Amino acid sequence: MTSTAAFAGAIDCDVHPNVPNIQALVPYLDDYWREMADVRGIDGFETRSFPPMAPLSARADWRGENGRAAESLEPVRAQLFDRWGEGHAILNCLYGVQILHDEALAAAFTKALNDWIAAEWLDLEPRLSASIVVPIQNPDLAVEEIERRVADRRFVQVLVLVMGEMPLGRRYYWPIYAAAEKHGLPIAIHTGSAYRQAVTALGWPSTHVEDYVDQAQAFQAQLGSLVSHGVFNRFPGLKVVLSESGVSWLPAFLWRFSKNWRGLRMEIPWVDRPPIEIVRDHVRLTLQPLDAPDDAETILRLIDQLGSDELLLFSTDYPHWQFDGDSALPDSLSASLKRKLMVDNPLATYPRLGDRA
Amino acid sequence: MTLDVLETDRPDISESPSTAPRAKGKVRAGIIDCDVHPTVRTPEDLKPFLSRSWWEHYQAYGLRPKHGMAQADPYPKAQPRAARRDAWAPNGDQPGSNLAYMREHYLDPYAVEYGILSPLNPTGQGDQNIDFSIAMTRATNDWQQAVFTKDEPRFKASIVIPYEDGEASAREIDRCAVDSDFAQILILTRTNEPIGKRRYWPIFEAACRHDLPVALHVFGYSGHPVSGTGWPSYYIEEMTGHSAACQAAVASLALEGVFELFPTLKIIIIEGGFGWLPALKWRLDKHWRHARAEVPQLKRPPSSYIEEHVWITTQPMEEPADPAHLLQTMEWIGWDRLLFATDYPHWDFDDPMHALPRGLAPERRRKIEAENARRLFRLS
Repeated sequence: MTSTAAFAGAIDCDVHPNVPNIQALVPYLDDYWREMADVRGIDGFETRSFPPMAPLSARADWRGENGRAAESLEPVRAQLFDRWGEGHAILNCLYGVQILHDEALAAAFTKALNDWIAAEWLDLEPRLSASIVVPIQNPDLAVEEIERRVADRRFVQVLVLVMGEMPLGRRYYWPIYAAAEKHGLPIAIHTGSAYRQAVTALGWPSTHVEDYVDQAQAFQAQLGSLVSHGVFNRFPGLKVVLSESGVSWLPAFLWRFSKNWRGLRMEIPWVDRPPIEIVRDHVRLTLQPLDAPDDAETILRLIDQLGSDELLLFSTDYPHWQFDGDSALPDSLSASLKRKLMVDNPLATYPRLGDRA
Repeated sequence: MTLDVLETDRPDISESPSTAPRAKGKVRAGIIDCDVHPTVRTPEDLKPFLSRSWWEHYQAYGLRPKHGMAQADPYPKAQPRAARRDAWAPNGDQPGSNLAYMREHYLDPYAVEYGILSPLNPTGQGDQNIDFSIAMTRATNDWQQAVFTKDEPRFKASIVIPYEDGEASAREIDRCAVDSDFAQILILTRTNEPIGKRRYWPIFEAACRHDLPVALHVFGYSGHPVSGTGWPSYYIEEMTGHSAACQAAVASLALEGVFELFPTLKIIIIEGGFGWLPALKWRLDKHWRHARAEVPQLKRPPSSYIEEHVWITTQPMEEPADPAHLLQTMEWIGWDRLLFATDYPHWDFDDPMHALPRGLAPERRRKIEAENARRLFRLS
């Protein structure tokens, strides 16, 4: 690492390792599931949210000879640490184990996936941490997976998709929040859908790009759900990190939600202060894709509208194609704000990074 | 909402409680209200406009939007009829159903030069039974004329259509558009498929044929949850979710290439707020960059179509703590794109005297209050 690198010392809060194929996970399955993977001819669990060959799913210059990206440590290490000089990165694996309908199958494969991450990424590179992928299909099984990992402090948060089976504020999911709060693990809510419902209130969009643009609406719904159901009242220590969510939609959403709260709070009397304050205290967002004009001024205005510079966490979303060259962050931001986004805010969000980064 | 600075040429209402009829004063500058909700006193009001068999069907089965509650909304509202408590006529007629009282309580005191009617219920829009939807929307259009626009030139009607059937909708548009009492075509935002899809194109074709704007008003029960992650529990979630549904509608129109196909099409977004629009434009442009091959029907950035083809109403007004943020957002949208709306007689009514942010330059205020709508609807 050199101090002149683009993101020297930065903590990258959203990086995506890709499972190369189902065989990579088979060694981490028990005999029964190993046999099932074989006899049932399971080809793999790539998701429709990130088709491997779609332009968004990997920037062209980060693809390997097989056209795919981030399937092993070497290219990730070369880009993040050698080129950009990052100090640390958090791995969010989006393999589609969270969208399976069979919760036992989901539990077996999430366990294998987390074992694979630990053995083939974290054991080899101390500058990496990871999220615990959980079988969100069943909160009891999800808690079991959290408890299994919790002693390994290289796992720094719990990862769920923004569109699952139900809105995340529902009490059904609260055991997961109890475990996360107890262990100081933020809940990362990441772009991606289990496709249990259409992506929009108007049904299924035609194109992948429309689907991806529409994901921001689900983030709005999840904030609405978590706050309205009183999740942050019940779990005051809980933090939520919206990941790959985009950023620019948040201020206007909070205006609308807070205005509606003023008019309708009799319906949810346990929510005893404006949603905008609750979100400021409990919610963080990763930077990329920065869905705003590529200038420092708009980001500064958005930070001003949010009323805080503590909400944004630096991320590149590697290997997803969100920017060209090294321009993950406008150059003209002040050094102190850059440091806040790249180091201070992540350290404040992830207590477990403190012992490592 | 923080109180705005009153302009001197407006009636002084500071002495009158908000629930009392206001003193009439000399008003130079009226408003064009782009969202007023008329309704029936009882469903009997529609009987003259339905065939006997459809009237009997209505009596037997009622409306059948795609949710389970026969009598009410799936999320109970926060007020009876979601209306201002003072909007019931003295004789008990429900809010928005008595023209004489609407004149006295709304048109006169708020200096409404024109009010664009958006009938929401009952209209038969989005009904599961498309034949009933065709009959009901036709009846609703005839009823608007007979009850509201025939005797009150300040009211302009919306052509409500059985929007899940594009061809039938086009026929209804053709039937009504010849009459200048109708100012726009009205659809509810939550259609069964994203509104930019092919099945809805006959609606846009007819709209362009008659040079009428197509307004998308929030609500409607499409059968899909208001969020892609499932059904919320609370009314506040559904209310807040309407803005997201508007975002999906605009994204669909922009990305399906509807504005390439229908270059004179005008779209109005009603009652979803407007603060979200700049961020949506940025987001669309950002991701169009890597997806141009997937949407070859687009010849230029999605935001440029939106800036040419989409207007948006102001109610329910955005209320950031700092009014400067609101002015910034309006600037990002464009001063000629915003249309004032009150949502009368609903509970979250925006009062034209108080709703717009302080610090708004007078000529911009006039554009939003009336001049943008006057040009869009070609009103005198």
